[in-house]
Amino acid sequence: MKQLQNCLYITKDGAYLHKQRETLLVEQRIEGKKHKLLQVPIHSIGAIFCFGNVLVSPQVMGFCGERGTGLAFFDQFGRFQARVVGQQHGNVLLRRAQYQFSDEQQLTFVKGLVGAKLQSSRAVLQRHLRNHGAVTEVKQASARLKQIIESLPVQRSIDSVRGYEGEGAKHYFSVFGQLITNPKFEFNGRNRRPPKDPINAMLSFLYAIWGKELSGALQGVGLDPQVGWLHTERPGRDSLAQDLLEEFRAYVIDRLVLTLVNRKQVKPKDFITDVSGAVSMSDEARKTVLQAYQSRKLETINHPFLDEQVEIGLLPHLQAMLLSRHIRGDLASYPPFCMR
Amino acid sequence: MPRLVPLSALQHYAFCPRQCALIHNEQLWVENYLTAQGNLLHQRVDSGEPETRRGVRFERGVQVSAPSLRLSGKLDLLEHELATAKLTPVEYKRGKPKVGNWDRVQLCAQALCLEEMLSTQVNDGALWYWQTRHREAVLFDEELRGQTLAVIADVITLFDRGVTPKAEFDKRCKACSLMDQCNPKLLQTDRSVQYVSGLFQTEFE
Repeated sequence: MKQLQNCLYITKDGAYLHKQRETLLVEQRIEGKKHKLLQVPIHSIGAIFCFGNVLVSPQVMGFCGERGTGLAFFDQFGRFQARVVGQQHGNVLLRRAQYQFSDEQQLTFVKGLVGAKLQSSRAVLQRHLRNHGAVTEVKQASARLKQIIESLPVQRSIDSVRGYEGEGAKHYFSVFGQLITNPKFEFNGRNRRPPKDPINAMLSFLYAIWGKELSGALQGVGLDPQVGWLHTERPGRDSLAQDLLEEFRAYVIDRLVLTLVNRKQVKPKDFITDVSGAVSMSDEARKTVLQAYQSRKLETINHPFLDEQVEIGLLPHLQAMLLSRHIRGDLASYPPFCMR
Repeated sequence: MPRLVPLSALQHYAFCPRQCALIHNEQLWVENYLTAQGNLLHQRVDSGEPETRRGVRFERGVQVSAPSLRLSGKLDLLEHELATAKLTPVEYKRGKPKVGNWDRVQLCAQALCLEEMLSTQVNDGALWYWQTRHREAVLFDEELRGQTLAVIADVITLFDRGVTPKAEFDKRCKACSLMDQCNPKLLQTDRSVQYVSGLFQTEFE
């Protein structure tokens, strides 16, 4: 089993990462003097995420590129800026099969994906109903999701599946605010680019990070992260990573955000509102969110398809592996991740 | 120029045709302690300078190919007897002598490369086993040559078709460095279709 390696999140403004023999050194200059913040064995790091003004030496970039260690840059608002990728290598037969994925295969794949996504979304609602008693709107949304899920198998086109996916998401987010029990936060539907409230800011931030993990995992097995089937290809968009993200939104990210808010681990004062109404996280909040995210990744669950105990952080790699085996013909269908 | 088959692929194919396809067609490679140990051993034997002792010249890490057979690769050690011009390829193995003929087949393929490159006859070679510190002489007779050509043909077919054989889970899998990426257990019985149809069922409420 692939070891779940540590991810490094660098949020210190002006931090400088460089390589010293086999270790990774993080330094910061304060009034012209160098301060060592961290020194770790470089081989123990699985991915490095840099936020804001962080400098990385070419040697570190080269090392990451060669070993397939993820290295991605985000601005101080957590918006993705760039990813360092090494030499193109890997499985050309797999990529060719990916580009030749037939219409029939695409439709089956997209149906399974949306089925898994809506099941997981519905599970979040059902969980709330179990724990907090019946709330009429939540119950209705859950019932509507059930109908949509059951009507997926007979769909004949990807477009109609996309339509249902959008409708399902609309119902889910229309009641998502009711799952927030902390009176200091409210949520009135999903908005983004830019997010206009703390909940949306956290969701966008974590979706982006998880999406990068998926991109890295797809590249790790030799798939092209830009060619997906639920999300149409668009230059600069990792469509396939976005496709797989659908399986995880509710179970990994939405639940994490709910926990952070309902357990009062984040506070309204941790968020900054611009004149434009755009909301972003303070450094303090980002740190809290990343710590919670990191512990979420270390949780162990029983994988519904593999029937093995696995860490949540390994899921991107496992699903990428399963998808590659499906595309190469080892598995008749792609089994999306789905927790109910 | 058709794709050449690395000599190492013969060994991988011998161990498991699926492993050979995963490594050479799907480009998967994972280090495990066995391969790491093998690398260290090879670093030791490949890095030596050529030397001559008692009329025998020892050359390490010699690159060879046989375009007519679509083979290419590297010899661990080539012993060249200066007086008679006799060539003896020597292959280092980490483990101990195996029951099958596989190590001999790989060595014979090396001899075929030498014969094609130098238009000469190579009659025997040697296998050197690290674990047992044992050197075994191998005679390249007609039978071994025939067997070797048959294996080469099989591997070329595997390369050209680009199809990865289905997984068969057995005791070899324990020693395989690609176990996690091959997932033989998972792929023994494909439950993916039932799993996906289960995604559209919601529990009765």
